[in-house]
Amino acid sequence: MSAPAKTSADPAVTGEQRETRKRRHKGIAGNTLWFWVFVGPFVIGLLIFSYLPILWSLVLSFFEAYNTATPSKFVGLRNYVDMLTDHNFLSSLGTFTIFAVFIVPLTFALSLALALLVNQVKIARAFFRSVFFLPTACSYVVASLIWKLSIFNGVRFGLANTVLGWFGIDNIAWLSTVDPPWYWIPLVTVRLWLQLGFYMILFIAGLQRISPTLYEAAYVDGAKPGWQVFRYITLPQLRATSVAVLILNLIAAYQAFDEFYNLVGNVNYARPPLVYLYGISLGSIQDLGHGSAGALILAVIIMLVTLLQNRIFGLGKAGD
Amino acid sequence: MAVSERTTGTPQPIGFSRSTMGVVGMVLRWVALFVAVVLFLIPFYLILRNALSTEQDITAPDWTLFPSHLQWSNISELFNDTTVPMARALYNSAVVAILGTGGQLLLASMAGYGLARIPYRHADKVFYAIVATLMIPGAVTFIPSFIVVSSLGWVSSLRGLIIPTLFSGFAAFLFRQYFLGFPRELEEAARVDGAGYFGVFWRIVVPNSLPFFAAIAAITFIGNWNSFLWPLVIGQDSSSWTIQVAMSTFITAQTINIHELFMAVAVSILPLVLIFAFLQRYLIQGVTQSGIKD
Repeated sequence: MSAPAKTSADPAVTGEQRETRKRRHKGIAGNTLWFWVFVGPFVIGLLIFSYLPILWSLVLSFFEAYNTATPSKFVGLRNYVDMLTDHNFLSSLGTFTIFAVFIVPLTFALSLALALLVNQVKIARAFFRSVFFLPTACSYVVASLIWKLSIFNGVRFGLANTVLGWFGIDNIAWLSTVDPPWYWIPLVTVRLWLQLGFYMILFIAGLQRISPTLYEAAYVDGAKPGWQVFRYITLPQLRATSVAVLILNLIAAYQAFDEFYNLVGNVNYARPPLVYLYGISLGSIQDLGHGSAGALILAVIIMLVTLLQNRIFGLGKAGD
Repeated sequence: MAVSERTTGTPQPIGFSRSTMGVVGMVLRWVALFVAVVLFLIPFYLILRNALSTEQDITAPDWTLFPSHLQWSNISELFNDTTVPMARALYNSAVVAILGTGGQLLLASMAGYGLARIPYRHADKVFYAIVATLMIPGAVTFIPSFIVVSSLGWVSSLRGLIIPTLFSGFAAFLFRQYFLGFPRELEEAARVDGAGYFGVFWRIVVPNSLPFFAAIAAITFIGNWNSFLWPLVIGQDSSSWTIQVAMSTFITAQTINIHELFMAVAVSILPLVLIFAFLQRYLIQGVTQSGIKD
């Protein structure tokens, strides 16, 4: 980095000056060395396992690549055109959209409601918080398994059908009925069970950052307790948390894979983008050209939506 | 902790006051809370009930609330079932979760410290290069990552399961933010005593940051243990299945022993339930810290 040879050639520099300059140079060189000792291993890994894959995938998306990761035949934009006109890929984006329309508002409203409920109890608050947070310990595989084999299994000994049976309702084949689309009930509830506690924790932290003096001021100003205080004090004060919850939730929904794969498999009526991409790039034919193009299209869509959301909600100004 | 019992005794933070909302409102809120608790606990009840039942009890047309007698032999049946490499899968999951968490913490904390504390001309460029990876949605990269990992010949190996997951830009970012707020006086005292960056980091900074490390570790461990897509992509051979992949294969198989499968679920969530029991405050702190990006 530094060029220390120059100083000794300069006769005007006194010994003392030369000494300090040398030390400073050594200090800077030392800093550079230590910086890379600390950051280098991480950066090398990031280059190999983050940057290289993206670049490789970008290259591959312009090539034909069946069962190989080596680009062979250049096809220009054909993979992209194919994906953007692929009925299955487009319908997977549609599936995602329906899923997001259910899951994002429900998660937001219910996790906020749980946070408000837990925050206002005076006894056993830690117990209630733990109960709602505990599903975070379960994986999507575990939850899907419970949902598929014990709650929504579609036969008589499933819990959902047992309960409906008490009211004289016939068995419903939850996961395979397309009309009406009952499969959304297990798909949405499994994610709610798994993630509500996580977002509830974020909301509780947000609620506890609200200064009690704001509520006191609201009382003095005659705000009605209940809805008015919630609407004009609590909700605006939770703005930063709300934005975070919405964005995290939407990004997570885009990347839904585990519960769809385990509950319904690779079926055309409920197939989100990642399940479809998994199927074409790692199924019986490993079509990595189309898979790469699809993954990059999806990545761009997610980034655009995130940026749009940030713009709408003005993240960054929120200062949480 | 971030989520504490702080509000007890202060004015009701939500704005409900008992006198105006009246008894009806309070009863409604307790009913809502009670219903929510029951709904959230039902899946755990099902795990225990099914794991300790016979197949006949589970598939009986009338719901049996609890098995007539607890079928503990389901445990040995599960581990003796040669069609599912249960012990191997648990071992793989343990290795992946422990080494994955340790490695990620080591790499991200050192990178975060370097970025926060060591002056270097291009430090900001390096920082931006790391933060830029946060823009890329994680799951979308499974195809690109698979391409690289298969070229390295790491498919169906523990290396392939662990190493690509070690470099979390988000963890490095969190550590950098944390170290920026670390009290400099502590470090300077050690610096005066002649310690270099390495000594200061390991002898002063890390020992004084254990709660933060514990928070990130708890979150990372759970994420690694429960991770599914990447292990599914890499674990093409049953010897490299993690417990999640093994259970998933079990579900999609045509012949299913429900009691055995639920015993597998019970065994698989045990380590995480223990973490919840003993490290919950770190976990909640980790969620709060990693959930909200600045």
